[in-house]
Amino acid sequence: MIEFLQQLINGLSLGAIYALIALGYTMVYGVLRFINFAHSDIFMLGAFGGFYLAPRLEKIVHLPSFFGATVVMILAMAICAIVGMVIERLAYRPLRKSSKLTVLITAIGVSLFLEYSGQKFFGADPKYFPELIVDTPVLDSAGLTMGKNQLIVLAVTIFLLIALQIVVLKTKIGTAMRAVSFDAQAASLMGINVNTVISFTFGLGSALAGAGGILYAMNYPSIDPLMGVMPGLKAFVAAVLGGIGNIPGAASGGLIIGVVETFVGGSAMSTYRDAIAFAILILILLFKPSGILGKTQIEKV
Amino acid sequence: MIAKSKIVLLVALIASCVISRFSKSINPYHLDIIIAIGINITLAVSLNLINGYTGQFSLGHAGFMAVGGYTAAVVTTTFGAKLLPLLGGTENIFAKEVLFLIALFTGGIFAAIAGVLVGAPSLRLKGDYLAIVTLGFGEIIRVLLQNTETVGASRGLTGIPSYTNLFWTFGVAAITVYIVVSLVQSTYGRGFVAVRDDEVAAEAIGINTTRYKIIAFVIGAFFAGIAGGLYGHFKQYLNPEGFGFMRSIEIVVMVILGGMGNTLGVIIAAILLTVLPEVLRPVAEYRMIIYSLLLIMLMLTRPQGLFTWRKKSKPALSA
Repeated sequence: MIEFLQQLINGLSLGAIYALIALGYTMVYGVLRFINFAHSDIFMLGAFGGFYLAPRLEKIVHLPSFFGATVVMILAMAICAIVGMVIERLAYRPLRKSSKLTVLITAIGVSLFLEYSGQKFFGADPKYFPELIVDTPVLDSAGLTMGKNQLIVLAVTIFLLIALQIVVLKTKIGTAMRAVSFDAQAASLMGINVNTVISFTFGLGSALAGAGGILYAMNYPSIDPLMGVMPGLKAFVAAVLGGIGNIPGAASGGLIIGVVETFVGGSAMSTYRDAIAFAILILILLFKPSGILGKTQIEKV
Repeated sequence: MIAKSKIVLLVALIASCVISRFSKSINPYHLDIIIAIGINITLAVSLNLINGYTGQFSLGHAGFMAVGGYTAAVVTTTFGAKLLPLLGGTENIFAKEVLFLIALFTGGIFAAIAGVLVGAPSLRLKGDYLAIVTLGFGEIIRVLLQNTETVGASRGLTGIPSYTNLFWTFGVAAITVYIVVSLVQSTYGRGFVAVRDDEVAAEAIGINTTRYKIIAFVIGAFFAGIAGGLYGHFKQYLNPEGFGFMRSIEIVVMVILGGMGNTLGVIIAAILLTVLPEVLRPVAEYRMIIYSLLLIMLMLTRPQGLFTWRKKSKPALSA
C-alpha cells in the first residue's frame, strides 16, 4: 500500500509535466488542426533557458530560493512564448492554406532544426541543471517520501491550469480562441483577427511547455537537446487520450499517462516503460478515437 | 508500357549481376556508399507506395525494416548451420545464395505481417493521427527488440554473415521499382491513387478503400523488410537504436524530396540523400541543421517535391 501511494505520488508529478506539454499540443490542434511536432523542443528550450538564466540571475535575485525560481520560470516561459510565436510566424503562417501533410512535414523540419541547433550550440552532452529550490522532503513518514520539487510541480501545474481556464473561459482573447477553434472562417467574419489569435495560442502553449521544461529539469536535472523527444511524444499521446482540442482532457490524459508509466516502470516490466504510452495510444485510437472527453466528429462531404 | 518496364527490369537485373562480378575492383568506401544507395532506393520506393501513391502518412518504415532485418539475420545465423548442408553444403556456391534468398523472403513476410498489424487498426485514422500511430508502432517494435534477449537485446545482434552484395542490393531495388510502378499503372492499381485523391469519392464509386490501404501497407512493409535484411547482412550488425524515429524520418524525407507518388524523383532523391551526408562530412557539425532547414524551405517553396516538373491535374500533396 505504501509502495502504491509512493508510485502514485511519483506518477502524478511526472504526469503533471506531461499535462503541461499536452496543453500546448491540444490548444494548437484546436485552432489549427495540426500536430506541432516542434512543441517538444520548445519544452527543451524552456529547460535550457533556465539553465542559462539561473547563473546570470544569481547576481540579482537570490538562488536557490522560491522567489528566484519564480523569476527564472517566468523569464523562461517568456522566451519560449516568443520562440513559439516566431516559429508560427515564419514556418507555419505561410502554409495556412497548404495541405495538412505539408504543414506536418514542416513541423518535423522545425523540430529537427531546434534539436540539431541545440546540439550544436548547447552541446550534445548532458548538462547538469542548477538547483533552483533546495529539494528537501516535505513528507517523510512510514516509507512514504515526497520531495519539495514534486510538490511544487503539482502546485504550479494546478495553478497554471486554473489560470489557463480563466484565460480561455473568461477573457475576450480566450473567447476568440474558442471561436476560431469552432469555426475559423465564421470567427474571421465576426471581426476576430484569426492570425492574432493563432499567434496568441502558440505563445500560450509554448509558455506552458517552457514551464514544463523547467519543472522537468528541477526533478530530473540532467538535460540535453534531445530531452524533449520522448516527453513530447508521450504528452501528445496524453492529448489524444483526453480528446484532442479539449483542455481538461489534455490535463487528465497527462496525469493518466504519468501514473501508468510510473507503475509500469516500478514493476517487473520496467524496461517497457517507454512503450506503454504508445500501447495506450493504439488502444484508445482503436476503441475511442475521440478520446475520453472528446466529441466524435462526422466527416462532411 | 508494361513490356517496356519488363525490359528495363531485365536490363537492371543483368547489369547488377555483371557489375557485381567486378565489385572487388571498386574502392571499398565507394562500394559501401553504392550499396547504401541501393538499400535506400528500395526503402524509399516502397514507402512511396504507402505515402505517395496511397496518401497514407506512415512514419514507421524503420520499424518494418527492423522486423525484416532481424528475421533475416536470425534465419542465417540460427538456422543457417542446419540449412546450408540441406542446400548442398558450404562448398556449393549457390547454397549460400539460396539461404540468403530464403532469409530475405522470410524477413519480408514477417515485415508484411507487421504491415497488416499496423495497417488494419490504423485505417480509421487519417493524416497526422495515422502518422503518430505508425510512429508509435515503430517505437514499440524498437522497445520489443531491445527487450528480446535472443537477438542480443540492446547490445545488438552480431555475427551476421556478409551476404549482401551489389547483385542482391540492386536486384531487389529493381524488383521493388518494377512491382510498385507496374502495380500503380495497372487498372487495379489506379485504386491506390483514387484513395489518395479523394477517399470519399473513391468509396462512392465502389473502390474498397480499406483493402487498398492494407495492400499498400503490406507491400510497402514487405520490401522494407527485405531492405532490412539486406542492411543487416551488409553491416553484419543490427542494433535496435538504429531503427528509431530518425531512420523513418530519413526515408520520409527521400519520398518528400523526390515528390510523393513520383517514383523516378524518389529514386533520385534516395541517391542524393545518401551521397549528400558524405559530401557534407567536412561541415559535419552543421550537417543536420542544413538538412532540417532545407526540409523547411522545401515545404515552403516546393511542397510537391524537387523532381516533380509536370503539374498534374491534381497536385500530389493536396488533401
